[in-house]
Amino acid sequence: MFDFLTEYDVLGAFWVTVQLTVYSAIGSLIWGTILAGMRVSPVPIMRAFGTAYVNIVRNIPLTLVIIAMSLGLYQTLNIALGGGTITTTNFRLAVLGFVLYTSTFVCESLRSGINTVPVGQAEAARALGLNFGQVLRMIVLPQAFRSVIGPLTSVLIALTKNTTVASTIGVAEASLLMSEMTENESDVIGLVFMVFAMGFVILTLPAGLLLGRLAKKAAVKR
Amino acid sequence: MSTEASGSGDAATATTPPMIKAESVDKYFGDLHVLKDIDLEVPRGQVVVVLGPSGSGKSTLCRAINRLEPIDSGSIEVDGEPLPAEGKALAALRADVGMVFQQFNLFAHKSIVENVTLGPVKVRKVSQSEARTTAMELLERVGIADQADKYPAQLSGGQQQRAAIARALAMKPKVMLFDEPTSALDPEMVQEVLDTMTSLADEGMTMVVVTHEMGFARRAAHRVIFMADGEVVEDSTPEDFFSNPKSDRAKDFLGKILTH
Repeated sequence: MFDFLTEYDVLGAFWVTVQLTVYSAIGSLIWGTILAGMRVSPVPIMRAFGTAYVNIVRNIPLTLVIIAMSLGLYQTLNIALGGGTITTTNFRLAVLGFVLYTSTFVCESLRSGINTVPVGQAEAARALGLNFGQVLRMIVLPQAFRSVIGPLTSVLIALTKNTTVASTIGVAEASLLMSEMTENESDVIGLVFMVFAMGFVILTLPAGLLLGRLAKKAAVKR
Repeated sequence: MSTEASGSGDAATATTPPMIKAESVDKYFGDLHVLKDIDLEVPRGQVVVVLGPSGSGKSTLCRAINRLEPIDSGSIEVDGEPLPAEGKALAALRADVGMVFQQFNLFAHKSIVENVTLGPVKVRKVSQSEARTTAMELLERVGIADQADKYPAQLSGGQQQRAAIARALAMKPKVMLFDEPTSALDPEMVQEVLDTMTSLADEGMTMVVVTHEMGFARRAAHRVIFMADGEVVEDSTPEDFFSNPKSDRAKDFLGKILTH
């Protein structure tokens, strides 16, 4: 019944999906944390930038962001992000797009986590002589992260599925292979859908369970 | 500001500045005038207890001394240095001013000993092992050395507050500010915290204590400041204040708390 699979590199396509997800997740976590830091910083210009960035980028459809990477950044401005071949260039452009977009959700999750840390602890840290960066790094963010592992897991799952948008600029991830297969194997189209749906569930389900357990373990007792 | 109330044993020489000096300090919360033209001088080694009804501005005054509340006008000096604006200099000043809060405010994700070593290691650049040795001595002194590796949530309120005092002392501060340190505690835990504070006062630490504990004010204070509606209404010795309050507001206040 699944004979048709042997002609396609399904695992290879999912491997690209995994790579897109992992690189984008790391980048989003870093940029999202910086954005959250900006949004709670005492410097008005940083706060303004953080707020404007999040509210603009979060509200642009992801497809537009990804296409803008390819048409705007690469084809118009010739920024190839050091990618030698068109394949690596497109991959990197897609990762950049996902990072720019997903970081806004990371930022907002983190900011809600920052609000769970009692103000008094930040005051106590400042009263000890720690500066803003130290208070954020040592007192506020460690507790904020622990309280938002759940919401961040949802962001990660959404990101995993969002990587399918990379197919619009020709990144050979799972959904691009799927559209090829639905055309060539139209007699088993239901099975094709099922294989890819299961593939994504296999990717996201363990991550969700694992992080759920971590969230319980890491929770700060108050 | 009168200096007659200075009950401290070690008289400061003419050249050393007072530990805390506030001049015509004003502070507003929106339209609310919470500090009205406050003048206050605290010499080295003096223990000042600030009393007053809630909303009198006593906590705000205490928090203004290390600029957790910025003031709108006037000046505050700590050890002869005017309070700097937000930045490196302010952080350095805060390192020298210990603060103990009503809600303890221990860092919930760090163990008790980590709470105490954080400041010395990150601000004073003391080595981890040296900071730990000092921290254990301080925890021993406040009587909770056996709790060093627990987390704040595992301690009683009284133990948490004593840990918070140890955390502040670890910075070797020149002055300690206490903002209602026993107000959030169960009654049976108040004494252990007050005992810790009394021993600190006996060692000559300069202290500003906002509190409702009249017993502590009588026993450990050199001077009592009574505030009402953002103003310093009385400034006298504890004996004078409790036996012979001059203002009606102080009489009224004492009448309310001493009769129950």
